[in-house]
Amino acid sequence: MIVRLRQLAAASSRDLLVLLAVVAALALVPLGVSTFTLSVATAALIFALAGIGWNVLSGFAGQFSFGHAAYFGLGAYTVAVTFTRYSISPWLGLVLGGLVAATFGLLTGWISFRFGLKGAYFALATFALAELLRLTFNNFDFVGASIGITIPLAGGDSWGSLQFEDTPALRYFVALGLVALGTLIVIAVTKSRLGSRMLAVREDEDAAASLGINPLRAKLFAIAISGFITALAGGYYAMFLMFVDSDLAFGPSISVLILLRPIIGGVGTIWGPVLGAGILSVLGEVTRSLVRDPPSFLNAIEGVNGLDQVLFGLILVVVIIRAPDGVIGWFRRFRSRSIT
Amino acid sequence: MRGQSGKAAWAVLAVVAAVAVPQTGWWDTNHTVFAQAVISGLLIGGVYSLVAMGLSLVFGVLDIINFAHGALMTVAIYASYLLFMNYGVDPYVSLLITVPLMFIIGVGIQRVAINPVMDAPVHNQLLLTLGIAIIIQNLALVLFTGTPRSIELAYARNEFDLGVITLDFPLRVFGAVVSLPKLIAFVVALLLAGLLYLLIQRTQLGAAIRASAQEPEGAELVGIDVHRIYTITFGIGAACVGAAGALVLPFLFVSPTAGDTFTIIAFVVVVLGGMGSIPGALIGGLVIGLTQELTQLFVPGSKFLGVFVVFLAVLFFRPEGILGRVRR
Repeated sequence: MIVRLRQLAAASSRDLLVLLAVVAALALVPLGVSTFTLSVATAALIFALAGIGWNVLSGFAGQFSFGHAAYFGLGAYTVAVTFTRYSISPWLGLVLGGLVAATFGLLTGWISFRFGLKGAYFALATFALAELLRLTFNNFDFVGASIGITIPLAGGDSWGSLQFEDTPALRYFVALGLVALGTLIVIAVTKSRLGSRMLAVREDEDAAASLGINPLRAKLFAIAISGFITALAGGYYAMFLMFVDSDLAFGPSISVLILLRPIIGGVGTIWGPVLGAGILSVLGEVTRSLVRDPPSFLNAIEGVNGLDQVLFGLILVVVIIRAPDGVIGWFRRFRSRSIT
Repeated sequence: MRGQSGKAAWAVLAVVAAVAVPQTGWWDTNHTVFAQAVISGLLIGGVYSLVAMGLSLVFGVLDIINFAHGALMTVAIYASYLLFMNYGVDPYVSLLITVPLMFIIGVGIQRVAINPVMDAPVHNQLLLTLGIAIIIQNLALVLFTGTPRSIELAYARNEFDLGVITLDFPLRVFGAVVSLPKLIAFVVALLLAGLLYLLIQRTQLGAAIRASAQEPEGAELVGIDVHRIYTITFGIGAACVGAAGALVLPFLFVSPTAGDTFTIIAFVVVVLGGMGSIPGALIGGLVIGLTQELTQLFVPGSKFLGVFVVFLAVLFFRPEGILGRVRR
């Protein structure tokens, strides 16, 4: 076991160094920004983490999910319900949420993969499952039905109940810690035999099967790990907002928010989700402030509702046509071209 | 395969009946509500069929998950609304404008945005169409704000003397209310669906579309310009929502997200009916309309619950749809 871990650490020493550098750099963010910007950054990290989870199933194992809000929401609701109803610490709630989501992933994944769903059909099934959860939770009194669950304030900073009213920087650091943890899991997975099996299944399921790999098992591992990580993000999101309802947890737009980051950054890369989250939040802030306070020659657009979203959509379309492999893929192509 | 698709259709009917066939006491007190659910379901189902046919064509021929389908419908709804408000054009007359308009917009979108990603992975195609949907929704928000609007047809509550019979709208059938705009939407949607079926089955263009769907390389070899067919097909798909948008205007609130629910409903119908199958989309639309209204009857406030249950059941047990061909 220890030997395996050492081998793993040796094989991924470069990734681990990068992780250390990235975390160190991101840890400096709270020093120079306003409280508002810091909460934007915290939200960005939470969705980066959700994207890291998505990337395991859809990027590394190649099963495109359009309903990761299902895991995100299960995480969020588990934390909110266990904390408000049973006074269970959100730390434990996060783990429980991860396990609930992983179990949900295993069950639905088993059915989906057994019935041979792939490509667009798998994507539509994941979408339908998330919608089913949304509608169920919206009608289920135990979880607050359409009113949702408001998480009561613990008062001040409290590590035990994971609330940092007075020190937003701590809230940010916990998010950063979770992102580091998610990335660590992904590095371990990609460098392990399991990760190679996932990649083999993604590239050619039949060929992988002929080599003695069990594709069903590889995909189920992927969906469980993926669901677990995304649920961590959802659980912490509930503590971040101090509120959860069925739209915030399971809404289709949440699924889109989750998958957008890794796709912009680079599908199936370790750093894609974090990079994508960074790019999108900077972009979002720039377009938002442009519309809020435009330069004089663009005065007409001041405060026009929806214009930032139009810009955002346009950028999305252009990125997908021009850089179909995300920013990391685009960079790699650029580099290999300049060498030759 | 016939026998099996027959069986599947009966199974769906049996499920609907099992939910619907009530105990006698229930029937006595609720038959009006039930009749209303069935009639409302069928009427809106006709519109679903039309919207889904457009999506089914695009899905079946271009193999693209078009998440902008409902957003295109929003464009048509606003076009029809503006024609009505500014020039007093009757929504049903505005069909003559919205259908070709949406065809042209569809052709433009396919040329500019869809064509470059024809060979891209599924997630990129999906995100691209999603990006288009975001642009359309928010452009509508910028241009018309989020305030919901609606129109009222002057003749929606008239009496119509047809010689043989006088129809007094809103009609009452088995105690259920049938409004004129919904009835017209249903009838016109079915007529257009029939026309589309003839176009696909009986014309040379239709043959070329079917050939491009089944065997793109073979089609290319016999001289069909497959990329042109892709463009035309996307245009036809958009034209379908062009018609649907004008048809629903009299009974729908106009808002930037008005067409959105139709996107996912249409996907459910397409999967249910079988990808690329026009008759499948027709039956699927009616079944989903019924499912939606019957769920509403039993679980008030969550009409889509039943829709998604049916959807998942079909995905798992018969992903080729009730009338689809098995492709593996």
